[in-house]
Amino acid sequence: MATAAAQRTAGSEADGAPDPVDTTAYQHAFDAAVAADERIEPRDWMPDAYRATLVRQIAQHAHSEIIGMQPEANWITRAPSLRRKAILMAKVQDEAGHGLYLYSAAETLGTGRDELLDKLHSGRQKYSSIFNYPTLTWADVGAIGWLVDGAAITNQVPLCRCSYGPYARAMVRICKEESFHQRQGYELLLALSKGTPEQHAMAQDAVNRWWWPSLMMFGPPDDESQHSAQSMTWKIKRHSNDELRQRFVDICVPQAESLGLTLPDPELRWNEERGHHDFGPIDWTEFWEVLKGNGPCNEQRINQRRRAHDEGAWVREAAAAYAAKHTGSAGGTGHETGATRA
Amino acid sequence: MTATVPATAALALGDDALVLSHRLGEWAGHAPVLEEEVALANIVLDLLGQARVLLSLAGDEDELAYLREERAFRNLQLVEQPNGDFAHTIARQLYFSTYQQLLYAELASGDGPFAPLAAKAVKEVAYHRDHAEQWTLRLGDGTGTSHERMQHACDALWRFTGEMFQPVEGLDADRAALETRWLESVGDVLGRATLTLPEGPRTGAWSAGAGRQGLHTEPFGRMLAEMQHLHRSHPGASW
Ligand SMILES: [Fe+2]
Ligand SMILES: [Fe+2]
Repeated sequence: MATAAAQRTAGSEADGAPDPVDTTAYQHAFDAAVAADERIEPRDWMPDAYRATLVRQIAQHAHSEIIGMQPEANWITRAPSLRRKAILMAKVQDEAGHGLYLYSAAETLGTGRDELLDKLHSGRQKYSSIFNYPTLTWADVGAIGWLVDGAAITNQVPLCRCSYGPYARAMVRICKEESFHQRQGYELLLALSKGTPEQHAMAQDAVNRWWWPSLMMFGPPDDESQHSAQSMTWKIKRHSNDELRQRFVDICVPQAESLGLTLPDPELRWNEERGHHDFGPIDWTEFWEVLKGNGPCNEQRINQRRRAHDEGAWVREAAAAYAAKHTGSAGGTGHETGATRA
Repeated sequence: MTATVPATAALALGDDALVLSHRLGEWAGHAPVLEEEVALANIVLDLLGQARVLLSLAGDEDELAYLREERAFRNLQLVEQPNGDFAHTIARQLYFSTYQQLLYAELASGDGPFAPLAAKAVKEVAYHRDHAEQWTLRLGDGTGTSHERMQHACDALWRFTGEMFQPVEGLDADRAALETRWLESVGDVLGRATLTLPEGPRTGAWSAGAGRQGLHTEPFGRMLAEMQHLHRSHPGASW
């Protein structure tokens, strides 16, 4: 599926690396392909900055999937019914699967999973700040599904049309599963909201705590967003942070109403003129603090990740040693064992 | 069908699946490699699905899971043992899934009340056993460290394996043949993994019996406390 335009210039060169002299021609072909909404594929020529931006974004996304398992896994052993336990386990499993798809997408750009994990563990790459908030009650599992997965969908649906093929295709698979995540969260909250007064209060408290952090998931306001303009030109990004945030608010307001829950914003109201809901100011100081590492769970999350990785080192080494003995190559990393059903 | 299903046997098999699935669920977010997060979760979901069917044959699944006291659970002590390191988890999986596969294959081939359930579950369990075998081979025949850890885990859990072959009321299975085939199968995997089949007694020394009689080990009470606390904190609530 290499794009016609990019292929014309990349010719038959297997690695797609042009002679430095010809870069301008390659750049033109790339620009034309992007402008024509064609997909850029791994072997096509692409500007270094485009590649770097994608690796950074896909890595951050992959890291978010696997760190995002933690706050919800926190409730697997305490789920209050077997049905809910099965749903939650399946959701957390999906997030691990999303991590796998995305690390593979990053790999098509020449950056392996081990390198990216190393960057995550050493703090050189980030994950979504939302996962630095704690899950204090069972209702938080519902609030995460409804709001956090809901915000993720709003962000990610446009990524299904991202100019980079492997990322776009990974997002198509992921978005299908995210909508199940959002629904189960909504349904969990609905059961609580219609339940006993204690359950209702638990649901309201969770929504109070997760609402503002969910709005922050769309990133800083447009006038403060570093990477937005270039990513829009490259069609990695298709809508601005503020546009997506507004879309999310407009979706959530009627849903909160059907849930019988209140969104914790006294300024939230329909604006007839704009055709959108107005909402109150976001506390960006909190956003930047959490991003800097000062959120309630930053240290806990990364420590658990590092610990799992370090404590698993002997297992991965064993799998590699076994593979070397039995296939004569040292290619095994433990990745190949039993992950998928025959 | 419910009327003809022996409740004691349904509880024994259902509790095994419920408790092991809970233990494996504790791995979420802690697995040694991302693929194992997915693989272990598959097993958790299979076992939880089996548990829900089996417990529903004996009563209300949530009442049985969340409102029984420790002494009323009928699972094997093996499945309630803490995860330990990955080698312990794999040794527990190898011992249990080999037993479960042999037992369910036998139940599936008969015309008893568990035949339909066993016919479906045996396919899932075959995957669990294969997963455990693949890892036993890798850990046993991997590095010096992994070999030592895996041998230690097999030895440590050995004493919980005899209980699997005690008779269970309402469960028609040839226990002696089951035990022979289990020893053969586990012995074969351990041999190929360059591990030694442990020696020593395979039953507890307590004359009072063990898990099938509601007599459990200390970690089980803590496990139930965690599993049941939220449900019990809101009597009568639905979720
Ligand atoms: Fe996800
Ligand atoms: Fe999700």
